Amino acid sequence: MSETPNLDILRSPLGRVRGLGSAHAGSAHWWAQRLTATALVPLTLWFIYSVMRFSTASHQAVHDWLSSPIPLVLMLALVAITFHHLQLGLQVVIEDYVHEEPAKTASLVLSKTLCWLLALVCVVSVLKIGF
Amino acid sequence: MKDVRDALMVARNTDGKLVRRPLSPHVQVYRWPLSMALSILHRITGVALGVGTLLMTWWLVAAASSDAAFATAEGFIGSPFGLLLLFGWSLALFFHLFSGIRHLVWDAGFGFEEPAYNTSGWAVVIATGVCTVLAWVIGLAVW
Repeated sequence: MSETPNLDILRSPLGRVRGLGSAHAGSAHWWAQRLTATALVPLTLWFIYSVMRFSTASHQAVHDWLSSPIPLVLMLALVAITFHHLQLGLQVVIEDYVHEEPAKTASLVLSKTLCWLLALVCVVSVLKIGF
Repeated sequence: MKDVRDALMVARNTDGKLVRRPLSPHVQVYRWPLSMALSILHRITGVALGVGTLLMTWWLVAAASSDAAFATAEGFIGSPFGLLLLFGWSLALFFHLFSGIRHLVWDAGFGFEEPAYNTSGWAVVIATGVCTVLAWVIGLAVW
């Protein structure tokens, strides 16, 4: 007797290849949140140290510090990854608690817009100091 | 019954009498286990840190602008209200950091067992307190 085809998964082969669940979004969001979280562990520790170190420093000292390549790159990485992590996290919070469709869409658009704008403002400021 | 959904909440008991189905207790009824409190705190501190990025943005913009703008920003951060914000922000940052590491360990598949689950929760609380106090003592006394 030939073997019975295995039909215990009610998903099309295409659906399985795409790897997307019922949310049609897959694991990209989850993975990005974990990846940015991991990167933020050392970056946050560096940022706390920096804030403590430069809490009473002069404007010139902060300028000199951010003009050297390594703090410049670390600050850019911190800003980019922080705001990416923030918009991912805010999205989850909004999707969990705001159920009315227009309010949900508006909140999502607003939070992502603000994250992008703040990130760009920070990046431009850091580059302006560095160059 | 005003809402059609109420129909799903009504049933007959063994005597054939119409009764409301029992509801699971609302979140306010539960005793708050540590992990439940830490879970919602992780979200609250995450949103609070999002608001805190405004302060970081202001500081960076001021540093890129002029001596006067930088002095204004530093003046605000050094004021009692600014220091209070900074303290709350540091507390939230340390909490979100340690709680986030706990989440990453779970994501790797470890720490779900009963003693580890609670121990790691208390470790997050203690590490947050110790590091916040240490950071402020060092920040104020040493530098």
